Amino acid sequence: MSTSPSHTVMTTMSAPAGQRRPRFGSRGRLEPYLLIAPTVLLVAGLMVVPVVIVIVYSLFNNVVTNQNPQFVGLTNYFTILSDSSFWNAAGNTAVFTVASVVIHMVIGVAFALMLNSKLVHTLPRSIFRAVYVLPWIFTASVVAVLWRLLLDPSGVVNFLLESLGVLHHAVPWLGTPATALLAVTLINIWSGYPFFMISLLAGLQGVPADLYEAARVDGAGLARQFVSVTLPALRPILFSMALLDLLWTTQQFTLIWATTGGGPIDHTEVLSTYTYKLAFNGYQFSLASTSAVLILLASLIVAIFYVRQQRKESQ
Amino acid sequence: MLAAAATVSAAALALTGCSGGSTNSDADQKVTLTFSQWWAPEMPSGALQKIADDFHKAHPNITVKLISAPFASLQTQTISQAASGTLPDVVGLDGSWVNPLYKQGALYNLSDAMKAAKYDDSDLASQVAFKGSTYMIPVVNFVYPLFTNDAILAKAGIAAPPKTWSEFTDDAKKISQSNADAKGWVVPLGTTNPNGVQNDILSWAWASGGSMLANGQPKLTNNPDVTGAVNMVKDLVNSNAVLPGANSLQETDKVTNFVNGRVGMMIDSLAHVTTITKGAPDLKFSVSAQPVKDGYTGTKGMLTASWGIGISAKTQHAAQAWQFIQYLMSKDTNSKLSTLANGFPGNKTSKPDFTGADAHFQSAFDIYQKSKPVNEFTGLPAADQLMTSFLTEFQKSVAGQESTATMLQNVQGQWKKQF
Repeated sequence: MSTSPSHTVMTTMSAPAGQRRPRFGSRGRLEPYLLIAPTVLLVAGLMVVPVVIVIVYSLFNNVVTNQNPQFVGLTNYFTILSDSSFWNAAGNTAVFTVASVVIHMVIGVAFALMLNSKLVHTLPRSIFRAVYVLPWIFTASVVAVLWRLLLDPSGVVNFLLESLGVLHHAVPWLGTPATALLAVTLINIWSGYPFFMISLLAGLQGVPADLYEAARVDGAGLARQFVSVTLPALRPILFSMALLDLLWTTQQFTLIWATTGGGPIDHTEVLSTYTYKLAFNGYQFSLASTSAVLILLASLIVAIFYVRQQRKESQ
Repeated sequence: MLAAAATVSAAALALTGCSGGSTNSDADQKVTLTFSQWWAPEMPSGALQKIADDFHKAHPNITVKLISAPFASLQTQTISQAASGTLPDVVGLDGSWVNPLYKQGALYNLSDAMKAAKYDDSDLASQVAFKGSTYMIPVVNFVYPLFTNDAILAKAGIAAPPKTWSEFTDDAKKISQSNADAKGWVVPLGTTNPNGVQNDILSWAWASGGSMLANGQPKLTNNPDVTGAVNMVKDLVNSNAVLPGANSLQETDKVTNFVNGRVGMMIDSLAHVTTITKGAPDLKFSVSAQPVKDGYTGTKGMLTASWGIGISAKTQHAAQAWQFIQYLMSKDTNSKLSTLANGFPGNKTSKPDFTGADAHFQSAFDIYQKSKPVNEFTGLPAADQLMTSFLTEFQKSVAGQESTATMLQNVQGQWKKQF
């Protein structure tokens, strides 16, 4: 056959240099740039331009509503950073985010272990998997409506707690300053854990059975197997997921807006609702942009960790 | 980022033809006007389109293209479109948006349009003006009377709806004490949509001829009407005479709980009569004027919210846009529009058609004609922000963190910064 490997190599080797495709001609130089141009334009249009506009806005006094905004340098940053409401929102965001991420992780691991366990039969396991993933299917607005009904003073949660004797009077969970942040955090935990669960389940299914077998031979019990085999195997996934969840939860808006609007008083005010109110309640777009830039900087730090982690894993 | 993202999305809308669809500025040429509003989703299906089509029949050179969106999303859309200079030719406006849009220079001076068209504005019930020029015209007004559940009131031994603040307070407490399943009143104090301030707190002062302003500036301190209204609402919340969880309730929760028989009284939009009768066909309820301060004998104020209209400053077809507004404000069209919207006309000579309508509309119209329509937040700067700061301080006051006087002083300080 004329298409044997040796023949092909010979033909390629013997081709005259003048007939090769030019690599450094004008067309050759432009080609890679043309190929990446659509992506660059898309990223620039959808991400770089808005971000730059926001940064520019943050350096002017009340843009958008002011027809002749003046350059004010870092004044808006001093205003926002000296606003006690900003720090209150930052504190609430930290509590809301850290509690959500940690509990997402714990519940995600627990449910993933259960769904991966051979102790549970295939059929119930499939049913559980479908049921456990349900909260993640609902949009934030649906979750908010659902939980507003459940946590209503005449809702199911209060009815159950009163029936069990845990409460003597119904509690407006979302309307009481002392319980509102706890309530929205619980709702966020409920709606977000399936993402952890599904990803960790995929990770668990990739852990070689030999490792568990070897651990058992060495006399490791279930707890030891979890600590010495399961957790190290899941660590890269856990780390990446935690960082992603940290970014997403910090930016949670719809859920809080639709349940409490940042109230009562300002007990559930988070950075996203604080920024939204500056922009669309107060029409202070420069201050809103400043707050957005500060959130962006905080998110960037997390994003850098995430990228580093991804790079380390790929190596 | 929000603003920029909104601006970019507004620009994208413009590129996809959602704005600025006009073809030529010549009066003899065919022109397409874009009209953004939240009215169509709140009217019977196709009703607003029919009005736009009728206008086209009367003015064959002008076509009106409706851009419809729910109220909540249209607010942010309108502000960002104004920022990017892509506002539709004709814009549906709420009283709380008009000030920032005016400041942006995004609205056309309607006084100029009226002058150019030699329009006699004496039939207009009201106009929203800045520095002597009109920028918004209320097309349809929605009134907020007192709704009372007849059965719940009767069970509490109350013969007729309350007429004064003290009667209202007593009745709300009586209902809450005599009925384990219902509370006297529902007051939404949630900040997602902070209009509980105008609908359920300050409306009490306005109904009794009071005002929260003096010479265009906030006047909340040393104001007996405002202080009285705040104290009354606070007393009812603290004495457990209102539906629990007020701090997270929204306007829609009022109707839901009224329909479900969980509250005896509510101040709500008359437009919700249809929702109530559909939700609970057997529910017997009455509509009456909002109770007034004891001893008040002057003209009663009646809270209104409006579907307002304006023209984009960037429109190339101001004359045609005004022709459309003039058509909407004409006697017959305005009657038709207000009937379809379950509201009251913005043209003083128009009359809604109550034929076959629920009897409550006629009762409310009778009250409306004897009252003075009022909503002091219309046209104020950053009205939502003013209401949010009022609610936040009010919640602190209810929680016992500050007195009514301190609360009003704090709100006054915050409002002054906005003015």
